[in-house]
Amino acid sequence: MAMTLTEKILARASGSATVSVGQTVLVNVDVLMTHDVCGPGAIGVFYKEFSKSARVWDPDRVVIIPDHYIFTADEKSNRNVDTLREFANAQGIKYFYDVIDDAKGKWRFDPSGGPLQCRHGGRFAGVCHVALAENGHTRPGEVLVGTDSHTCTAGAFGEFATGIGNTDAAFVLGTGKILLRVPETMRFMLVGSLQPGVMAKDVILHMIGKIGCDGATYRAMEFAGEGVATLSMEDRMTIANMGVEAGAKNAIFPVDDKTLAYVEKHKLTGAETHYEVLAADADATCHSEHQVDLSAVVPVVARHPNPGSVSPVAGCADLKLDRAYIGSCTGGKFSDFEAFAAIVRGRKVAIETFGVPATPEIYRRLCSETIAGETLWDIMSDAGVQLTVNAGCAACLGGPGDTFGRMNRPLSCISTTNRNFPGRMGDIKGLVYLASPATVGASAIAGKFADPREYLQQPMTARRQQ
Amino acid sequence: MSDIIRGKAFVVGDNIDTDQILPAEHLTLVSTDPEEYRELGKAAFSGLPSDYATRLVPNGEAPCEYAVVIAGRNFGCGSSREHAPIALGAAGIKAVVAESFARIFFRNCLATGELYPIESRDRLCEAISTGQEVEVDLDAEVLRLADGSRKFSLRPMGEARAVVAAGGLFEFARRTGLVSGK
Repeated sequence: MAMTLTEKILARASGSATVSVGQTVLVNVDVLMTHDVCGPGAIGVFYKEFSKSARVWDPDRVVIIPDHYIFTADEKSNRNVDTLREFANAQGIKYFYDVIDDAKGKWRFDPSGGPLQCRHGGRFAGVCHVALAENGHTRPGEVLVGTDSHTCTAGAFGEFATGIGNTDAAFVLGTGKILLRVPETMRFMLVGSLQPGVMAKDVILHMIGKIGCDGATYRAMEFAGEGVATLSMEDRMTIANMGVEAGAKNAIFPVDDKTLAYVEKHKLTGAETHYEVLAADADATCHSEHQVDLSAVVPVVARHPNPGSVSPVAGCADLKLDRAYIGSCTGGKFSDFEAFAAIVRGRKVAIETFGVPATPEIYRRLCSETIAGETLWDIMSDAGVQLTVNAGCAACLGGPGDTFGRMNRPLSCISTTNRNFPGRMGDIKGLVYLASPATVGASAIAGKFADPREYLQQPMTARRQQ
Repeated sequence: MSDIIRGKAFVVGDNIDTDQILPAEHLTLVSTDPEEYRELGKAAFSGLPSDYATRLVPNGEAPCEYAVVIAGRNFGCGSSREHAPIALGAAGIKAVVAESFARIFFRNCLATGELYPIESRDRLCEAISTGQEVEVDLDAEVLRLADGSRKFSLRPMGEARAVVAAGGLFEFARRTGLVSGK
């Protein structure tokens, strides 16, 4: 029977020759990821439902990445990181990317020194969805579940990846299994390639604008076609990341040479890393097929109050802007900062602008890679962007009041992040506009919504310093 | 849980995301701590915009006076935070009747057993007002206004009903032999 990529993976993981849409299957999980805001709850349910002395099914398949509420003096947030550490110690979990280096220590954030004072240790990995990939936990053909809706990001690597709640995560912790309904697949055929100044973020916002923010509910979004090869792995991560903003259960890309090169480069040492590359059957039955011409995509903005309210940036000239923000799993990767820095280089931001690298590794690259001889970090700093060296989710989801870049007043903010429902970045009356890093850069310089194609300057890519 | 849920309705519109159900600043709370569970209930729907003049939990007095949430499309979209259905459950809500649900929220209702997520066939958020007394009849798959003036057909819950009725995923899994008894 012909199967989609999602069906192939769920068949493999459930030990079945085939699966069909609507069937509920018991799936073996390859990796469970959790973080500081959902981990403590999942751990609580795990001990309550199994027993106080329960053991996780496989400590090497549990990945714990504190990233949400880290650089805050909020006591409960600090406590939650300590809860993760106690659990990792008790269960012998190797892949715990702790904020501090002392396995017996307590995490207490010290805000003195400000955002340019590094407050984390050497194991800290930053935003989970980017950290998973950087640290070798995303592999083709596997099943990755995580207590975060943007877990679908890992579909970029040709695996089934989806977000789950704490109770489901507790069940996985104890059994290594999860009940999943096989979703229908919506296939998106990508053709052509992106114009300069247009980014992967524009592609996914364009699609969500077409199908609506519940247009893929309960379904898999599968990307295919010759256009896929033109997209970098970070581009694919951006697109898969926002599948959930259309309601999708998972979003998935085919595996090609770029995927394998990335996965090999970031391969875990000394761990079980066998994986099976699976491919969709061309004649598999899909819910629907959609053609997306990448060369026809233009810079777009998702207006308040949901990610489906998409219009070309050119049509937003009448809207006021107070702030710009670059960061998050969606828009805080290296290539996101590269596109942003190429535009703000040699210019000054006209509105307050905040930047948060997703991971310490990205921060390191921002300080070592250059455009026209200047590091990306210095370019942004010179342009007046307020930066922090402490990578994390930061203000993407508001967070505690002292979170870097949080909207503590009712402002209008253009952001490279993923959600713009009321109150998302803090103040309940704040307005969030989602756009690409290039559009956010151009708009920060203009002080109003601006088309990045009018702000392009050479060179557009970064180089490693010799 | 009983097969008929009676009480006042609290009505919201389309695309009510998890930030509106439970703003992210409350994600520091851990629901398995009884005190923090109660705190979650007090914060339920505190992220609704100010044009919702009636608040679900005024002055932090949980449980609230409502039993059923009536919503439009795509209820519970956004984050995977299980804190969202738990907050509604801790506030005293027994069922959400919506035109459609976001996938993870729906699943979290089942996993926690906190409340029944039920799909309506009609757009009830425009037919019912906040404060009206309603009854949700799970067997008959209808929602009736308590004054008997109208009734609305609901979509069958299928297997999902048994999971919520059991009290959530773990109890359901024990009863069906998926995990061994405690």
